[in-house]
Amino acid sequence: MILSKPSSLLRSTRLDADPLTARALGALAVGAVLLLALVLGFLAREAAPVLTPHGLARFVASDGWFPLEQRLGLLPMVWATLAAALGALLLAAPLGLGVAVFVCFYADAATARALRLLLALLAGIPSVVFGLWGLTVLVPLIARWQPPGASLLAATLILALMVVPTVALTSASALAAVPQPLLRGAAALGLSPVGSILGVALPAARSGIVGGLVLATARALGETMAVLMVAGNVVQTPGSVFDPVRVLTANIALEMAYATGEHRAALFASGLLLGVLVLALAAAAARMPRGGAGVQ
Amino acid sequence: MSSIKLTRRTALASAAVALASIGRAHAAEGKLTLTGSSTVAPLALEMAKRFEKQNPGVRIDVQSGGSSRGIADARSGAAQIGLVSRALKAEERDLIAHTVALDGISLILHRSNPVASLSDAQIKAIYTGQVRNWREVGGPDLPITVVNKAEGRSTLELFLHYFALSNSQIKPQVVIGDNAQGIKTVAGSVGAIGYVSIGAADYEARQGTAIKLLPMGGVAASAAQVRAGKFPLARPLNLVTRGEPTGLALAFIRFAKSQAAHDLVEAQFFVALDAP
Repeated sequence: MILSKPSSLLRSTRLDADPLTARALGALAVGAVLLLALVLGFLAREAAPVLTPHGLARFVASDGWFPLEQRLGLLPMVWATLAAALGALLLAAPLGLGVAVFVCFYADAATARALRLLLALLAGIPSVVFGLWGLTVLVPLIARWQPPGASLLAATLILALMVVPTVALTSASALAAVPQPLLRGAAALGLSPVGSILGVALPAARSGIVGGLVLATARALGETMAVLMVAGNVVQTPGSVFDPVRVLTANIALEMAYATGEHRAALFASGLLLGVLVLALAAAAARMPRGGAGVQ
Repeated sequence: MSSIKLTRRTALASAAVALASIGRAHAAEGKLTLTGSSTVAPLALEMAKRFEKQNPGVRIDVQSGGSSRGIADARSGAAQIGLVSRALKAEERDLIAHTVALDGISLILHRSNPVASLSDAQIKAIYTGQVRNWREVGGPDLPITVVNKAEGRSTLELFLHYFALSNSQIKPQVVIGDNAQGIKTVAGSVGAIGYVSIGAADYEARQGTAIKLLPMGGVAASAAQVRAGKFPLARPLNLVTRGEPTGLALAFIRFAKSQAAHDLVEAQFFVALDAP
């Protein structure tokens, strides 16, 4: 808050210095936001036929999703989407953070470089490859134990695997950006290495880590192909992790090509809902108290 | 808003429909509109692309919107050719059907499943959740994993129609999208039962994938049996016209039924008819 005045001062002097660049960049920024607004507006327009009070009530009240029989219950898929994404985050967060701490504070330079490379590689693998692996290896494995195998568990595991690199890489860069004097100060005060990581480095890197977790959650919420291949896609509220479930994105991918009329509008509405979920997540993360280098 | 336009020139599609109704004479100059079944539309689109390439100057627009739209548009003249994924009904005798391919679906099990055949009643009981273990139909003590198709797929439609079921009566454990995913799902689960296009299942089984095709009513599930008209779970894919086709429509229908389009039929996992 104290920072706000000097920064606006700074901005105005820069504007004077180079008005053309500022305007061009401003136009680009506005353009990017406008594009997003256009996409949301399009989604809303296509979803409009079902966005009436009666239509919205049906999303909640209908038992089951049988669009050709005018039953449009979205709620089971919302629960499944949230369960899969949050489950994946719960698995990936400690794993990713552990890797990041190891890379930044324990690994020697060569190991750290190799690990980062591996993580970047893992982050770049197309999701359909994860899906294929899940469908041919993971699902049969779970099926031998708890048929049918294609389940919330399989989806959660695949998603966790996909977002671990996101969490690890962003956390590692946040940790690497923690000012050395902070860590030296901690050492000078006699803190053990574990103590200074838990008590100083992680809190100082908090905003970067949270940013990474938000990114990871958004990816997990939006992932389509891999989940479609392993989740079983039965529309039901998950009662156990071995139940097959259908997430919102998979629903759109499975049915959009064949949907007409109200069915199609309902699919657009579920897309809109996903967008709102991700926006809400980003808003919640933005409201988190800022950590970072300025922490006391 | 109820149609999905498949054409590359979506903007032109509606104009073409309008043009077709303004002057029939223009049709001969090289414009053809096909509308109807979403099962036939992807195949018709592929055929149209090749036909356009072979006949420069010809333009073919394909739009999907269901078999009933195909019937209605062919009748009204909004389209020169309607796409219909079933045999014509008695009250549709004013139209002429030109069968370009057959679509059959086969029930598939994991290869290690000893069950050799299932009656229609047994299949119905399994899909509605009354039978949940293979033991109840003469198999091993193993829970059944019912694999169903996602809403809107033509294979689902044909399956439901044949067994006189509605989709909400089916109690699936896995819901899949395309044939390939269905085959991989069944191949990866010893207790699974699913259904896919015969062409796709036949091909995969011959490639050594761990599935087997169940006979239906004592008839083996194969492309040959579908072609011979003996396999019960099958339907014709038709191009329909009002009266005998002439000009460009006739040329396209001849092309679609010819050997030159067979690979396109097979690429969509349909069964090609023998060349006339």
